[in-house]
Amino acid sequence: MSETNGPLVIRGGTVIDAHGTRKGDVGIANGVIVDAGELDASATEIDATGCIVSTGLVDMHAHLGEPGDEAAETMASAGQAAVLGGFTTVLAMPNTLPPVDTAAVVEHVRALSKAALCTVEVAGTVTVGAEGDRLAPLGELAAAGVRFVTDCGTGIQDPLLLRRALEYSKPLGLTIAQAANCERLAAGAQMHEGEWSSKLGLAGAPAEAEEINVLRDLSLVRLTGGRLHFQTLSTAGSFAIVGAAAHSGVAVSAEVASHHLQLCDADLAGYDTTRKLTPPLRAASDVAAAVRAVAGGQIDAVVTDHTPHTTDRKERTFDHAEPGSVGLETALAVALSSGIEPADLLRAMSWRPAELLGLGDPLTRGLQPGAVADVVVIDPTEPFVAAAAAMATRGTNSAFEGLELTGRVRATVVHGRIVVRDAMLFDTATRFDTETLFDTATHSLTASGKVMA
Amino acid sequence: MKHLLSIDELSADELRELLRMTPSFAEVASRRIAKVPALRGLTVATLFYEDSTRTRLSFEVAAKRLSADTLNVAVKSSSVNKGESLRDTAETIEAMGIDAVVMRHASSGAPWQLTKWVGASVINAGDGWHQHPTQALLDCFTLQQQFGDLDSRHIVMVGDIKHSRVARSDVEAFTKLGATVTLVAPPTLLPPATNTWPVTISHDLDAALIDADAVYLLRMQRERQREALVPDMREYTALYGLTAQRASRLSTSVPIMHPGPMNRGVEIAADVPDLDQVVVVDQVRNGVAIRMAVLFMLLGSGGSAALPVLEAVVDDPDQQVDESAVAV
Repeated sequence: MSETNGPLVIRGGTVIDAHGTRKGDVGIANGVIVDAGELDASATEIDATGCIVSTGLVDMHAHLGEPGDEAAETMASAGQAAVLGGFTTVLAMPNTLPPVDTAAVVEHVRALSKAALCTVEVAGTVTVGAEGDRLAPLGELAAAGVRFVTDCGTGIQDPLLLRRALEYSKPLGLTIAQAANCERLAAGAQMHEGEWSSKLGLAGAPAEAEEINVLRDLSLVRLTGGRLHFQTLSTAGSFAIVGAAAHSGVAVSAEVASHHLQLCDADLAGYDTTRKLTPPLRAASDVAAAVRAVAGGQIDAVVTDHTPHTTDRKERTFDHAEPGSVGLETALAVALSSGIEPADLLRAMSWRPAELLGLGDPLTRGLQPGAVADVVVIDPTEPFVAAAAAMATRGTNSAFEGLELTGRVRATVVHGRIVVRDAMLFDTATRFDTETLFDTATHSLTASGKVMA
Repeated sequence: MKHLLSIDELSADELRELLRMTPSFAEVASRRIAKVPALRGLTVATLFYEDSTRTRLSFEVAAKRLSADTLNVAVKSSSVNKGESLRDTAETIEAMGIDAVVMRHASSGAPWQLTKWVGASVINAGDGWHQHPTQALLDCFTLQQQFGDLDSRHIVMVGDIKHSRVARSDVEAFTKLGATVTLVAPPTLLPPATNTWPVTISHDLDAALIDADAVYLLRMQRERQREALVPDMREYTALYGLTAQRASRLSTSVPIMHPGPMNRGVEIAADVPDLDQVVVVDQVRNGVAIRMAVLFMLLGSGGSAALPVLEAVVDDPDQQVDESAVAV
């Protein structure tokens, strides 16, 4: 990526990182954090009064459209959405067309990702074509720099295959990431099973369909000693099981999607298909448990599970609509609104996921001189109304459409470059000379109307 | 009120009001020339994604008796299976300038989605497992004909509650009118959270029938066997069917109801439908009057405020319609 605007100083904010919380200014020069006192008066100043200044957010779970689903999202549009949402690094899910199941596709996705304003890490699939039949060349993927492999969807159903994947991947340093959902028990489900599925006349998936596979997968981790990461856990039972497993010495990591910190099954009363999600929106008690699990650190990461769709995939009856919601531009505000302390939330949205992705130790990634300058400035009190049409993502499906959220990203700095300022995309056209950025990113920037004048 | 999507949306007062005005419409239906000009110039479309000739005809007859123009939007089931955009169909309807759409759909919630894209009134004629409000209204009306007020009456509903929009609508309507409801079904055919419903649950049909004031049988589909919900139809009939023996123990004053079409020999023994206390034909007849009342409520001159005017209109067949009262 190209250099850079001149030196920056982010002044007057509350700095929160793995080292703690303090008042202070943050200086940035040549792509790294510097002592603000060393910069002269020519440094560009960002006023962070009343704001939180933290290390850039890291999303462990986003679907970025490319390759294969460019109608719904591109690297350029997803990258814009990411930085507007405060994310400086995003892990791209591998269920693309073609799926990321060889080193060649990894390289292709990396090349495409140059059009993104954020850093894109590439996940691979566990099995060929993510079909859950035979193992993908995991050694080749690891050699290509892949650290996370996942089949997406509802996770590997076959316990023998999962056992083999956990065993085989151990010397490769790979983490097997997977959602927990027993497809058979959840057959036909459109939403969470409970009071609301009974009332709305929709087939439900019980919480137990998730928890059975959490228990099963933990057993396989105990058996194999492999590394497992649970994607988008959603039930109070799952959080309790993972917490108890950690106490008994079975090490796994786990994430929750931001929408599961705020919306519940009752929010489906109007059959809003943008709220049809996998896993489904759960009961209000599960939402409360998710918030507690993130605040208490039993859950490592809050993710967006950003899943962009074109309108036609959602403008169907509830049972025919595709699941998923965009989330890059709302996740932080949604999570902040849940009442989790900012320091706890930022641990789950920045340095802990960075650590899980192998991007560096939380302390060395903190906002101290010498660290890579991935920085976000957040006004935790600024409200905005979620509206997909006004978002940078091409996806038109926000589960929060029309809702007022609180907590806005004022500025985002990626590797020392300002990409968001005053809560808008910064005009990169005048700042960068890279062909790629000019051709792809800025073209869309202008189209989205969010470029600063 | 613009749409009729679920019983939930009607207050108890609105429900009673609809039932109170229904006899006037029933009277219209009994006339030699069974037609009043209440909805003249308005167009009612039926949009049935699921075959149901009896419900569609009932709405069409109701609309015609109120002088509305009717048209049937034919929907190919093949395109529905591919998940064709509901919005495309809605926009087509919108472009035709239709005043009310009567919608039947196999997917729960489809009528709610339709309201987002059409300006017309939407009447839910059955959505998935969810709601069938006009069925509940005609069931309430039929029970009122049998024993007056439903307050404190005990209604026993038997069968596949889980997949039944009739049960969901009827439970809400019956309890709104003060009745107590017992649902009798094997646990596999009950929704997962009936503990949050204002009903009593039973798995013993004989015990539930002892103090029943009315018995409501639901259609049992044979495909439920394949889903491991019931072992077989013979056992279902033995445990949950209205056998001749069970029917013989009922007082002759206890009405037996069914939303149709009946599976004789499954939920109801072959000869039971011929008993005098079976009111299935009344249900069908009352369906037309109820649907006239609903159409008038939604499309007439502004909802329940206009009801006294309606009575003046329909009580005197010779009287010219007061155009100001029915203008939309």
